[in-house]
Amino acid sequence: MKRRSILLITIACFGYALLYMPIASVVVYSFNASRLVTLWGGFSTRWYVSLLHDDKLLAAAFLSLRIAVISATVATALGALLALAMHRVRRLPGRLLLSGMITAPLVMPEIITGLSLLFLFISMASLIGWPATRGAATITIAHITFSMAYVVVVVRARLAVMDESLEEAAMDLGGRPVAVFFDVTVPMLLPALLSGWLLAFTLSLDDLVISSFVSGPGATTLPMLIFAKVRLGVTPDINAITTIIIGLVIVAVTTAALVTNRRRATAA
Amino acid sequence: MSTATPTVPPWQQWLRRAVRVPYLWLLLFFLAPFLIILKISFAEPVIAQPPFSALLVWGAHGLQGIRATFENYSFLFRDGYYGIIVLSSLKMAAIGTVLCLLLGYPMAYFIARQPPRRRQLLLLAVILPFWISFLLRVYAWIGLLDNHGVINHLLLSLGIIHKPLTMLYNNFAVYLGIVYSYLPFMILPLYSTLERLNLDLLDAAADLGARRWRAFVDITLPLSLPGILGGCLLVFIPAVGEFTIPALLGGADTLMIGRVLWDEFFVSRDWPVASAVSVVLLLLLIAPILWFQHLQNREHEAST
Repeated sequence: MKRRSILLITIACFGYALLYMPIASVVVYSFNASRLVTLWGGFSTRWYVSLLHDDKLLAAAFLSLRIAVISATVATALGALLALAMHRVRRLPGRLLLSGMITAPLVMPEIITGLSLLFLFISMASLIGWPATRGAATITIAHITFSMAYVVVVVRARLAVMDESLEEAAMDLGGRPVAVFFDVTVPMLLPALLSGWLLAFTLSLDDLVISSFVSGPGATTLPMLIFAKVRLGVTPDINAITTIIIGLVIVAVTTAALVTNRRRATAA
Repeated sequence: MSTATPTVPPWQQWLRRAVRVPYLWLLLFFLAPFLIILKISFAEPVIAQPPFSALLVWGAHGLQGIRATFENYSFLFRDGYYGIIVLSSLKMAAIGTVLCLLLGYPMAYFIARQPPRRRQLLLLAVILPFWISFLLRVYAWIGLLDNHGVINHLLLSLGIIHKPLTMLYNNFAVYLGIVYSYLPFMILPLYSTLERLNLDLLDAAADLGARRWRAFVDITLPLSLPGILGGCLLVFIPAVGEFTIPALLGGADTLMIGRVLWDEFFVSRDWPVASAVSVVLLLLLIAPILWFQHLQNREHEAST
């Protein structure tokens, strides 16, 4: 028995090392003064400084953030409506088709989603003249479409364990449906809406394949720029970007954990 | 207001109307693109913008005919290249999935056997990297695996090897990338079945004199089968169509359908063939996807 648990611990340690080793090495080498990966040239923040002067990179980062905020917000609103309708409306017309269209984007290879959306935009352009050029707008539409499905999953999980009697009570007291929706349902769903938004935001910020297909000549998102750079190997400034993103993720996750802990503490 | 209850509550009426917006959105931006890709896969390539022929021929009196060709598909079958790519994608995804299972199972088992508080922490540590950009995490391996990279440097300076190991731009790197990227997808379903597993059964087996290993093979393994299947499908399905991992870590001989599709589209600009390749890829994935959905439904019924 003893021997077996040692084996288990060894495998688990190996697994965790595998998960964290690449990230750790990027963080360490982002502070390397030398351009070479293996040569340690001393501690330096020069790659971070060079990021600030890289206009193309800053523009791409700004574009990605803008697309991520807009698409996450729209996807959360539409996804929450879909989840509510799937959960609450009896005899929803076209339910089977809808549940298919909600599940399919989760398992669809990105490359097909990207290709098919591009074909749609081209067909639309020749039929109705819009979109005349592809760029931020078409990328945003594409991101809304695939991240909506993830929001639906998160919100439905919350709805499954939610108490409906509060809404019924508000309705019995004469609350208008829209008022009840925003005063009762939305606050109760808030944690799920937030995590759905965060998931959609992350997925959008991270997407390379779909954006590459539906983008036009003018619009380069951060992942597209990074991909073009790292195809040729390691570059120190990408190490610096990675480190900044890791830092942001750590801050976000810690804040989220602290907020939920405090909430639990006040609820208890 | 307090008179007879309407057949459909106002709340539902409102929701019913509001849901039309996302419904139409999905019809337009999800279903329609599909039909278009299907349509183009039956079109002929032409040198024009867009580079494919029209399927429906319109005349003065409306629709005059449909000009569909199976040429793109028969090309895929005649040209052995695509057959090899399909088989190679399936093989690489399958090997990657098995490797993922071999690492993920002991990890999930280990986590499920910890005290509850530590369990949460260990599970969080599995999920955490997921929030960091997938592209950047795959990129991070380049610095580790390169001939002049961290691992080779370490092994050389320790005197374990005398010339650098070729670990990057080959299938080894792609397998590693698949295991690394999809490990959380394997561990989570495995953990949830292993955690629910009735420990009394194992104790009973031990009391009856069963060897630990025997108890594992006869009891734990069969009972965790749903988790194994779920995890494997969650890794296998995205791995078949994976683009980023073979594009960044793979070599020239790494044949994966996602990458070929990308080249067919961006490099060769043969859109009808790219569409036909997409349709074939989807057909390949339909069986595992339906299987996964079947598993999910059964799980759902079991829990309610």
